[in-house]
Amino acid sequence: MDAFIEVDRVEKVFEVRRRTGFMKRVKRQVRAVDSLSFTVARGEMVGYIGPNGAGKSTTVKMLTGILMPSAGRLRVAGIDPSRDRTRLAHRIGVVFGQRTTLWWDLPLIDSYRLAHRMYRIPDARYRENLERCVELLELGALLDVPVRQLSLGQRMRGDIAAALLHDPEVLYLDEPTIGLDVVSKAKVRGFLKELNAGSGTTVLLTTHDLQDIEQLCSRVMVIDHGRLMYDGALAGLHEAGEGERTLVVDLERELPPIEAPSCRVVRVAGPRQWLAFPAGRSAAPLVAHIAAEYPLVDLSVREPDIEAVIAKMYAEKAVS
Amino acid sequence: MGAGRLYAAVATGGFRRYATYRAATAAGVFTNTAFGLILVYTYLALWEEKPHLGGYDQAQAVTFVWLGQALYATLAIQGGGFEVEFMERIRTGEVAIDLYRPVDLQGWWLANDLGRALFQLLGRGVVPFAFGALVFETALPDDVGTWSAFLVSVALAMVVSFGIRYLVALTGFWLIDGTGALQALMVTGIFCSGMTLPLNAFPGTLGEIVRALPWAAQVQVPADVLMGTAAPLPSFLFQGAWAVVLLAAGRLLQTAAARRVVVQGG
Amino acid sequence: MGEYRPLTEGLRAYRLIAGMWVRSTLTYRASFAMTAFGGLVVTGLDFVTIVLMFSRVDVLGGYSLPEVAFLYGLSATSFGLADLAIGSADRLGRRVRDGTLDILLVRPAPVLAQVAADRFALRRIGRVAQGSLVLGYALIASDIAWTPVKALMVPGMLVCGGAIFSAVFVAGAAFQFVAQDASEVQHAFTYGGQTLLQYPPTVFGKELVRGVTFMFPLAFVNWVPAAYVLGRPYPLGGLPRWAAFAPPLVAVGCCAAAALAWRAGLRSYRSTGS
Repeated sequence: MDAFIEVDRVEKVFEVRRRTGFMKRVKRQVRAVDSLSFTVARGEMVGYIGPNGAGKSTTVKMLTGILMPSAGRLRVAGIDPSRDRTRLAHRIGVVFGQRTTLWWDLPLIDSYRLAHRMYRIPDARYRENLERCVELLELGALLDVPVRQLSLGQRMRGDIAAALLHDPEVLYLDEPTIGLDVVSKAKVRGFLKELNAGSGTTVLLTTHDLQDIEQLCSRVMVIDHGRLMYDGALAGLHEAGEGERTLVVDLERELPPIEAPSCRVVRVAGPRQWLAFPAGRSAAPLVAHIAAEYPLVDLSVREPDIEAVIAKMYAEKAVS
Repeated sequence: MGAGRLYAAVATGGFRRYATYRAATAAGVFTNTAFGLILVYTYLALWEEKPHLGGYDQAQAVTFVWLGQALYATLAIQGGGFEVEFMERIRTGEVAIDLYRPVDLQGWWLANDLGRALFQLLGRGVVPFAFGALVFETALPDDVGTWSAFLVSVALAMVVSFGIRYLVALTGFWLIDGTGALQALMVTGIFCSGMTLPLNAFPGTLGEIVRALPWAAQVQVPADVLMGTAAPLPSFLFQGAWAVVLLAAGRLLQTAAARRVVVQGG
Repeated sequence: MGEYRPLTEGLRAYRLIAGMWVRSTLTYRASFAMTAFGGLVVTGLDFVTIVLMFSRVDVLGGYSLPEVAFLYGLSATSFGLADLAIGSADRLGRRVRDGTLDILLVRPAPVLAQVAADRFALRRIGRVAQGSLVLGYALIASDIAWTPVKALMVPGMLVCGGAIFSAVFVAGAAFQFVAQDASEVQHAFTYGGQTLLQYPPTVFGKELVRGVTFMFPLAFVNWVPAAYVLGRPYPLGGLPRWAAFAPPLVAVGCCAAAALAWRAGLRSYRSTGS
């Protein structure tokens, strides 16, 4: 596997000075990232999640060359980001969800023209990329509109396009759907899926919105207190967090709670019952059992709520 | 909550907010002291050449410099008080919400700015003034009465300063970009307040004009009250009259602005 | 990819970004005209003050009005050049606070060039224009015994003065990496320095003059070389005769020191991310 991003025992220690009295201050060391190791292959789309202050943005800042790591080794496309910041800049795209890089008072297209020249994008390449972004992100009608007049969703789409004109090999997205309405979220997600599948761009996504991850990423990394808590498939996260799936059963009539092995009824409402069972298990034996013993009309399986899963993971970590 | 208590709370908020900017306050003290030093030397040279210019002796000219530096941030002579935030609220349209609040808009900002001014007086004014008084020969009174009169005059100056800036800020309802208005505020503030040269050293008709304008109520009048070169009561009257006129004008303009916001649909 | 040359890349990025800001300001034409004019008036006022002073006296610190105007013109114009080129650097603290500095750090261009071009304001040319006018008046009104060397020194002083003030701006910006709220400290050195140099050195206390000659060498913007041009004694007795020709050296030294300070500041930001 071609490791495109390599993070090897990376640490970032900040010295925080806190005021305790009128003139008194105490220095305290904060380990924002603690012995973090992972690799991301070219073309992967990885979700990077964790609570506020977990070390997510510190990691991204080190990967983009903004911050220098205190210890450990870090490579993106074979480049040491903190040493070769400007060389790396040509090969990465960054979208900061809450800070636009677009020019506020100028038409959207002007920001793209600046990128064209600043990144020295060959003319043909620029036109091709712009055309594609305009089409997929539906920016056509917005190009001549001053950025200050764009809605949040339009601006986010504009920002994503701006980060992609120079054909970056990796795209870092920091909260790309924050504050967007449902339609805009869907557009952004659809585009990212297309980008990853079509151009093979590696994507690293930090988000609070777990639907982003569910819909986009096959791999999730969870970080808390600067440590990697989980790295693997989304499905595995449910097991790691001991998540439960829910089987919704519609019966012919109201009946007492269903009794079946390794599951429990969490709710009953008329003929409908909700049964929780471990996320790691197949639903098939359970369904077979119920179909055999009860007058079944319809049923459906609901995936666990990741938010609940992660909350549970953190809670357990805190206890242990 | 009674109106008085409400405004007191708003003023306390303004005071507290500026009190949190410790580094900025220290930086301001440093800068005011540096500018004071530069000005003091030029004034000393000027008064050396022309003793009793404007009726001041050297010690009085020096006192005037340090008083100007002490009141510079307090009276937001170059801008930088409540109007920055207020104009931003006008620009973004958030002011429409403020207009529908049960609190009086002008009163709210006045209280807020007085809180800020009081902090700036203590936080940024005292140190440069004390430095000047210790290092140079100044003309300060030694009776409590004059000092009290001076404080009254400073309080009136705060209101006048607010009145001017409130008018400037309200132009934001009509002008898209407030930079020009703020710049005008800066020019008039520095020049007509006497920050570069005491107003009584201005020659001829120009002198008479600037001494009658509201900016004279900012540094010149408090300075004269402090140094005993003007009687307190007429001084208060001058400042009070301008305060009333400016606040009333602000109220009129505010009404027009509110109507405009309503017409535009907020 | 060819070898990375920070200076060329920096100038190129500066041009691109400054161009964008010019276009941005021109979207509000009326406001631009107004602020450009306003700028001219604001900066003109300190000269008006000097003229007002001279309406009451004939000399100040032994210098006549044209002589003070000469100092003023040199100080204001070179400061104006620096302010035009790099004056927005004092917004760095704000960028550090609100996190937008990171946006500059992921672009393929030197950060200093981007910070310098940030909010590039063409209206600041007003200060240069106003300073040049006063300088022009001074050159006509004062009776300087011109020599080719003295004539060459005038543009030389403007360039070196601009470089020295630019170095002050950069050093001030570097300081804001450490103290983000303290942008006003830098005003004491920039605006304060400019004001100081508008008056004759004979006005100020010897300690102050010594300080701005040896420790913080603003005196080489105009005081020392202008004294040579005007045929007056140097502001400090001990200065050698060649001191009037030192400004290029001083400018290079200041720029080098500012560059070091900038590197240290950026480095500390990138290791603390404060």
